Amino acid sequence: MSDSVTNLEELKKLAPPAELQRAPVVEGNKGLGWLTDKLSVFAEGQTPLWWKFFFAIAAFCATVIFPICLFYQVFTGVGVWGNNHPVMWGLDIVNFIWWVGVAHAGTLISALLFLTKQHWRTTIGRMAEAMTVFSVMMAGLYPAIHVGRAWFDWFMFPIPNSNGLWPQFKSPLMWDVFAVNTYLVVSSAFWFMGMIPDFAIFRDRATTRVRKGIFSFLAMGWTGSARQWHHYEKAYVVLCGLCTLLVFTVSSIVGLDFCTSQIAGWHATIFPLYFVIGAVFCGFGMMLVLLVPLRKWCGLENIITLSHMDKVAKLALVAGLIIDYIYAMEFFIAWYSGDTYERWVFGHRLFGHTYLYLGWMLIGINVLVTQLLWIKKIRSSMWALFIIGILINIGMWCERFVIVVGSLYQEFLPANWGKYMPTIWDIGLYIGTLGAFFMLYLLFVKFLPMIAIQEVKGVMPEADPHHPLGGSKKGGQS
Amino acid sequence: MSAKPYGVIAEFSTPGDLLRAAQKVRETGYSKWDVYSPFPIHGIDKLMGLKNSLVGWVALGGGAFMFLNIVFLIWFSNDFDYPMIVGGKPMFSAPMTFVPAYIMLIMGGALGALIGMLGINQLPRLHHPLLDHKRFALASRDKFMLVIGAQDEKFNVTTTTQLLESLGGANVEIVEDKE
Repeated sequence: MSDSVTNLEELKKLAPPAELQRAPVVEGNKGLGWLTDKLSVFAEGQTPLWWKFFFAIAAFCATVIFPICLFYQVFTGVGVWGNNHPVMWGLDIVNFIWWVGVAHAGTLISALLFLTKQHWRTTIGRMAEAMTVFSVMMAGLYPAIHVGRAWFDWFMFPIPNSNGLWPQFKSPLMWDVFAVNTYLVVSSAFWFMGMIPDFAIFRDRATTRVRKGIFSFLAMGWTGSARQWHHYEKAYVVLCGLCTLLVFTVSSIVGLDFCTSQIAGWHATIFPLYFVIGAVFCGFGMMLVLLVPLRKWCGLENIITLSHMDKVAKLALVAGLIIDYIYAMEFFIAWYSGDTYERWVFGHRLFGHTYLYLGWMLIGINVLVTQLLWIKKIRSSMWALFIIGILINIGMWCERFVIVVGSLYQEFLPANWGKYMPTIWDIGLYIGTLGAFFMLYLLFVKFLPMIAIQEVKGVMPEADPHHPLGGSKKGGQS
Repeated sequence: MSAKPYGVIAEFSTPGDLLRAAQKVRETGYSKWDVYSPFPIHGIDKLMGLKNSLVGWVALGGGAFMFLNIVFLIWFSNDFDYPMIVGGKPMFSAPMTFVPAYIMLIMGGALGALIGMLGINQLPRLHHPLLDHKRFALASRDKFMLVIGAQDEKFNVTTTTQLLESLGGANVEIVEDKE
């Protein structure tokens, strides 16, 4: 014991000056046991009042508003929405892209930052993955009911049938079916696999028979032997690599749905990139919205530190700057192409009549508000981050609306011009999916390991056998 | 149903102590032993002589299987069984298969990695003798366990216990296999 203390003091002398040191992943760390308690206590303790309050609201939206809007639409037809000629893609597709977008930052945080060995990702990775899984669920719903006859959804899948029909794979809409379903399956697998060792922790801590039974079942007999970890780590790296590929695939394919068409405002090669970056940007916004209250209410301020929030905000800023570049490029190419219709569509995004306020909200939020994140004071103010997070989500929703509806409502021929206004069924369904998302998220936070306990422990100095706290001997020999 | 020993368990409080003990156990000539820790310990695979995990190959196999399957399906459905001209494009060509095939490769690879990891680790399993041991629950918390299995040729309750105690292991106990 005395060995490690002297070693620690020697180590402090050798350490670089304070301003050059990395912020610790966990502040006020008191050891591995303390960390285990701290990270599992929320799922084991009493349900707090705020949880019940928000759960009641979310559950009302998810179990009352959502089914009413869904069933009314399915039983009556797409006509209950505002979709009509020429705007055949309305809020359903806007929300589909928005939800897919929210999903992307989750995978990016947990998979890409794992591959680049960013230790701070361990504290927010699990919450990000949960966000991905739930928002892909919400996204997948929209195309399924947008087809109008939801009972024919199986036509989208290559199932042998008595009509002798097959789906046609030359269309990006078909690729979408595969992309979204794969995204759901792979991100769920990734999420679940990360939780297996944490289920084992919950199993070992369980005090009641029911809890023990449930988590024994979920942990599947995990013991944490070196052999198990050996295969587990390999599988995790492979999954991370594959998930990173998915981040850049799913939204690109959604982008291809647009750019393979001839519509002015959609027919641009930048679309796949545009959609991926927009998705990531939107997802970082959602991440801020989720992290700011949860870190406070779940007592995780030492775990999800200000430094982590700062990094998420910086990543949002980077994504925001790329988005700004793409906006500039889009407008420039529209002008430079000399195409009358392109110029018309882009001119009308900002100086038209029906939807110009959405166009200006897009510029105001995604271009101007994002720049606030340059300021360190704003990045360290939780209120500011929360509000900016909400604004980014609104801004990206406006962007999706401007792209989808703004390009369709005034097509090539003035005879094809029209207007689109969402009805209460459009809006109700959106509120319903929001409710379902937050309901699932609250259930996850309360009952499952919301922070990857084993991963956080694994990046502590105590976990490193070559660190004095990890039990190395004097002179650095382990 | 008699209780025969599964092995001898020893407890260490830091990964460094565990690594040193594991080194000695290996040098003494034991082969059927394993360590249990709350997180993967850096350097233990090398010490235990674990070879590169097969999970990567299972994932590759899963990915390749799905990739070839979907390419075949696209050829079969769009060129052979139900040919349909769309925009004058060829009935079957590499570019049109690329995106679905790429996505299904990811699907196959990911499921292969998950299923391969579970399969190689022989999970899910209903029972493990160690999970009955009352102090073993700490292995998922902050303790590092070293278990020498009774299957080992050199295993002897007395000498193995003595060895683990001499290495600084706390609470050295015999784990029973109740099956």
